[in-house]
Amino acid sequence: MELNGAEILVDCLQKEGVDHVFGYPGGAVLHIYDAIEAQDKITHVLVRHEQGAAHGADGYARANGKPGVVLVTSGPGITNAVTGIATAHMDSIPMVVISGQVPSPLIGMDAFQEVDATGITRSCVKHNFLVRDISDIATTVKKAFHIATTGRPGPVVIDIPKDITIAKMEKEEYPDSIEIRSYKPTTKPSNRQIRKAAELISNAKKPILYSGGGCVIGNASRELREFTQMLGFPITQTLMGLGAYPMTDKQSLGMLGMHGTYEANMAMHGSDCVVAIGARFDDRITGNLAKFCPTAKFIHIDIDPSQISKNVVADIPIVGQTAQVLQALIDELKDKELSDISNWWSQIEDWRKIDSLAYKKSPGVIKPQTVIEALYEVTEGKAIVTSDVGQHQMWAAQYYPFDEPRQWINSGGLGTMGFGLPAAMGAKLAMPEKDIACVTGEGSIQMMLQELSTMLQYATPVKIINLNNGYLGMVRQWQEFFYEKRYAMSYMDALPDFIKLAESYGHLGIKVDQEKDLKPALIEAFKQKERTVFLDIMTDPSENVFPMIPAGGAHCDMLLAGRDEMVSKDETDFNAV
Amino acid sequence: MRHIISVILEDEAGALSRVSGLFTQRGFNIESLTVAQTTDPTLSRMTIVSSGNERVLEQIVKQLNKLIEVVKVTDLTSQDHVERELMLAKISSTSKEGVDLKELVEIFGCKVVDVKDKIYTIEVSGKTKKINAFLDALEPSNIIEISRTGVTGISRGKKLI
Repeated sequence: MELNGAEILVDCLQKEGVDHVFGYPGGAVLHIYDAIEAQDKITHVLVRHEQGAAHGADGYARANGKPGVVLVTSGPGITNAVTGIATAHMDSIPMVVISGQVPSPLIGMDAFQEVDATGITRSCVKHNFLVRDISDIATTVKKAFHIATTGRPGPVVIDIPKDITIAKMEKEEYPDSIEIRSYKPTTKPSNRQIRKAAELISNAKKPILYSGGGCVIGNASRELREFTQMLGFPITQTLMGLGAYPMTDKQSLGMLGMHGTYEANMAMHGSDCVVAIGARFDDRITGNLAKFCPTAKFIHIDIDPSQISKNVVADIPIVGQTAQVLQALIDELKDKELSDISNWWSQIEDWRKIDSLAYKKSPGVIKPQTVIEALYEVTEGKAIVTSDVGQHQMWAAQYYPFDEPRQWINSGGLGTMGFGLPAAMGAKLAMPEKDIACVTGEGSIQMMLQELSTMLQYATPVKIINLNNGYLGMVRQWQEFFYEKRYAMSYMDALPDFIKLAESYGHLGIKVDQEKDLKPALIEAFKQKERTVFLDIMTDPSENVFPMIPAGGAHCDMLLAGRDEMVSKDETDFNAV
Repeated sequence: MRHIISVILEDEAGALSRVSGLFTQRGFNIESLTVAQTTDPTLSRMTIVSSGNERVLEQIVKQLNKLIEVVKVTDLTSQDHVERELMLAKISSTSKEGVDLKELVEIFGCKVVDVKDKIYTIEVSGKTKKINAFLDALEPSNIIEISRTGVTGISRGKKLI
């Protein structure tokens, strides 16, 4: 039977097991839409802006681990999606983006809605393709999914000129698997490196495990738990890794880095052996590299060799999948005797007593931290929480201790405002039985508001927790600390009435401006299983995120809440342990 | 330190811009870049001359390897190798200086490949240093135009990339 290119493409997506496509139609993809309309295996989610499509597919992928799929038209369709693609790229999220292109003979002629899609996306994708012949569609789709989901995952763009979707050919079989000679990611670690690492680990007196997004994306949570508990070591997790190890467990020191806990950062600073697992020593983690972990030896586990020794030179590099490497280390260390680290733990417990996440309530205002704590209580710590970017993101990470991987969904690498709402929609489609909360602020939410409409159409009930303080809070915080309180453009004037806005989109809106109403409102919101509820919560406009390592600081240079002076520990404290 | 990096990659549209884009994106330096087909028509060979310390070089090699189309990356500088560059130079010459030019051509083992309008086109090949030395030996005002290929290189003996 003869099929056109569009039908072949949709057939390939079905065979790949795709159940949701997030997209927006346009001239160059009309044949593809025609083929989508003719089938019922794949649900197409019609977003209201292509950036929402990319974030939606991204949230879907982060929530259930399957690759997210995006379909957009040429020109503005793909340029609008670029922010979402770059967001997925920075956080290593598997995604396949299909973009329409003007017909092949028009490429390069400045045709209507023409952009060089592969050129524009080149630096923010794992790989991209321009399909030049109908007979290449099947292998290109297979390659795209293979590349997007294996090794260090990432987005792959397939640009398809319109004439290719119209052309016809005898149906080509979709390959079960594919070999790419130039692409063979290492998954299994070298035994020699495992033995060396085990030696260092067993002799460590002040060890710390530092795990990142690679443990979530790499589905290594089970191995991470076994490894950590077997060793009895303290563990700190990055913003991207939260939940891979249960944060309510006593071995967990919470998040590290710029807004990490006192105990996590101090333990990093004092450690003699840092085991980095699927983490990439990002600048928000390390602070000043010259002062980073001055006494530590580093074991660095990552699937991507280019991450190793990029920012921090690894003493023992191990390339491989986090789950496989951890399993190999578990096997190697099982019968090994470890050093006594009880002194190290008692030092850590002293740091913990500082209680760096403590905050003062003041009468008449709702503290944003209180909102997150209430959200945790009402959802019993079991919701999937998405966030936008800014202060609210940090508070959600600090005050909602995640116990499961894929429970915390945020744009950590690119820091994309507007991510939270469409990501929540995607997460709901991926995990329909889960409660989904989107923690956001009045700045971020306005960047992707239009997706409220999509959420009504596709019945994806989520609870929007809008921490409304009238400020672009993180910008305001930096201006307060480092720009002598010159608040340039960080105040949000002329805000909409979010309640009416939510209602006009067919959702429920609840305003909260008193602390006593907070919990009842949250309880009411989560009772509304079938509806999206917009909670507009008026929070303290002057609250700042603490602890904080100012730019250029070391892990021991932390600003803590309610203290004017920087808490800096004398080096001798470390030597005492 | 200067490094000569050999890259074998799929001969596909866009592969060259992926490599050059990588260098700009990550702030790696490129002194020269040459690319052409190999005996296998589906593969190209690229030779990149770059500079940087060991850590920069390690990143260059790793980031190149990360590109999907790249099959193999080798730092030729770290092994026994032969390197060459070719230059075509148009040199103007009065009769008196013409004698000097012929001497230079002989000393440097170059070839005069064309003469027109009293302008000599000279072909020089060798290590970059030799080509620079040849240019240094000329009167600057006599150098009309030059075109250099950039360095290409290959390892010696049985060792393959």
